Amino acid sequence: MKNHVLRPLFVAILAIALLLTVRSFMVPDDFGVHGENFTFGYHRASNVDEWKVFPISYKGKEYCQECHEDKFEENMASKHKNIECENCHGPALEHPEKPEALTIDMSRELCIRCHALLSYPNDRGALPGIDPADHNPEEQCSECHNPHKPSLEDM
Amino acid sequence: MSLTRRNLLKKTLAGTAAASIPLSALKFLSSAEAKEAVETSKTRYAFLVDTNKCVGCGFCVKACKHENEIPYDSPVTRTWVERYVITKDGESHIDSPKGARDGFTSEEIAHHEVNPEDIDKAFFVPKLCNQCDTPACVQVCPVGATYKTKDGVVLIDRSWCVGCGYCIMACPYGVRFFHPIHKVADKCTFCYHRLVKGMDTACVDACAFGARQVCDLRNPDDPTTKIILTERVAVLKDEYGTKPHVFYIGLDRNVR
Repeated sequence: MKNHVLRPLFVAILAIALLLTVRSFMVPDDFGVHGENFTFGYHRASNVDEWKVFPISYKGKEYCQECHEDKFEENMASKHKNIECENCHGPALEHPEKPEALTIDMSRELCIRCHALLSYPNDRGALPGIDPADHNPEEQCSECHNPHKPSLEDM
Repeated sequence: MSLTRRNLLKKTLAGTAAASIPLSALKFLSSAEAKEAVETSKTRYAFLVDTNKCVGCGFCVKACKHENEIPYDSPVTRTWVERYVITKDGESHIDSPKGARDGFTSEEIAHHEVNPEDIDKAFFVPKLCNQCDTPACVQVCPVGATYKTKDGVVLIDRSWCVGCGYCIMACPYGVRFFHPIHKVADKCTFCYHRLVKGMDTACVDACAFGARQVCDLRNPDDPTTKIILTERVAVLKDEYGTKPHVFYIGLDRNVR
């Protein structure tokens, strides 16, 4: 072969070798095919563990029960027993350390998520509902209704 | 042997070619590694949505945003709830204000009122990542930043994603979005950090009506798995061949 063919060829080969050398330093050791095949399993293996230690914010009702037994029992005897405490009070996270106290959201917006009447022929339409613009629009729901233990009979 | 010009060139070429073969291609696997490579996983997470039970309160969306640290006021969310109102004239009215983060509190739908007497049927459809068996989003990733774990959950490597957005375009369900803080693609992980600790996802816990359930398909004793395996369930966009693993009860043909 002639020189004018070989020289660019060497340059190309050198470039590829350089690329592969740089690549071997840049790409983490655990990067490769993990799982079933290249198409769906080509990744950095340690990323799975990084996702596993993502912090858990919502602790669940049993966690709240440890300290707030009275509220828990009152709530569990009511129609709102299926609603998680944290749905309204916000995620417990590190509570009681961080945050020390959870915000108590008493806004109407929280209640009308379920109790704004939508007259639909489904479960939503069957829930007890009001027209938020018409039903004491200036008041907070909790001034009359106990959110832990709602009961229209006890009012 | 004398080192002629010809020989030198030949050897250089052969040497360079040999050096460019990745060492990993020649690696022998230990028996444990080989077994791991072919063994099917003991876990396959799946999701069940009962659209008959959903009332559109949106607590699931709120919980998801807090749990997974998705900016609360950004117009992005990992899960959302759609409202479908089908009127007697056959028209379907669909909306999902803020992804239903604050629930559905008004009968006004997509900026117009629908007379309750005209409604044939109305229902809410929660949506989230389908954790497909053959995910289109993973196939198109040019850098290997998104992948399927052994238990079937599709994850994104935030340190590896270059933010090209190809996966966001590829997902037939539109569940992927660009994370405004991390500047990478983001999507529902089935709360992987909770599932691996034996908990349910944040949205499942937040649902007071039992409309959302998560389960392990390889555990036949799980009541949710039993429903998926023995009852009539449907998936979204089956025709795309992505083998989605979010199953729906009460799906309607108007749902896309």
